[in-house]
Amino acid sequence: MADPIKLRATLQGDTTEIRMLMQHPMETGLRKDPADGKTIPSHFIQNFSLSANGKLLIEGQLNTSISRNPLFTFRAKGLTAGDKVVVSWIDSRGERRSDESNVVTG
Amino acid sequence: MSPLRRILLKSAGATGALGGLLAAGLLKPTQVLAAEWQRQAFTATSISESLKAYGADNSTESRDIVISAAEISENGAQVPVEITSNIPGNQTIAVFIEKNPAPLAASLSFTNGALPQVRLQLKMAESSRIRVTVKTAEGKTYHANREVKVTLGGCG
Repeated sequence: MADPIKLRATLQGDTTEIRMLMQHPMETGLRKDPADGKTIPSHFIQNFSLSANGKLLIEGQLNTSISRNPLFTFRAKGLTAGDKVVVSWIDSRGERRSDESNVVTG
Repeated sequence: MSPLRRILLKSAGATGALGGLLAAGLLKPTQVLAAEWQRQAFTATSISESLKAYGADNSTESRDIVISAAEISENGAQVPVEITSNIPGNQTIAVFIEKNPAPLAASLSFTNGALPQVRLQLKMAESSRIRVTVKTAEGKTYHANREVKVTLGGCG
């Protein structure tokens, strides 16, 4: 199973800042293994979704040009402390991960 | 082990990890896979092909899209970029790095109160123009550009 998503949703005034770190190698398929000189196959997150209280907020499609361990910061209105925030991703090999957190007051 | 439990375990194994996650309510396919990965746009190797495949080749330049990034970035493996769209309504923001082997880096859709802005980190093979496009719910497309120099490329 893939490493957990680090997720933090902080309410500041009427806006919630959501920081999510999806732990993933995001291999481009262009890099060579320094040990044997063989090309490392591409392996990257292709789709993710961020939802709050079961309603979709952001849906993303990614490519290999997103940095290793992708970190995204988003902002949303209409959330309150305690709301459940869920992030899910699926990568180019069909591996998946989903984690959740609650909105906290900043 | 009871026969019933054995059957349940067997069926769980047969449907695989995905079935297990679905049953556990961890993943809702409609949420995770609402839009299929746009293979043609993501695998295109030139900016013009990629924009065309993505459907953003006839966009209008807009000052309502703000791209913030350092003018010179030392490490091309991690170039922080902040994008804010001041265009109202639900929309999809896409990031293209013109000189990368595959220019389209991300496509992000905002809905239900999510503000059309994002901070993310990009890999850049070399100094390049970053082009951000916005597709509105009405189907209009806009774009803005920003030049970012990198001293050490980060795609190899």
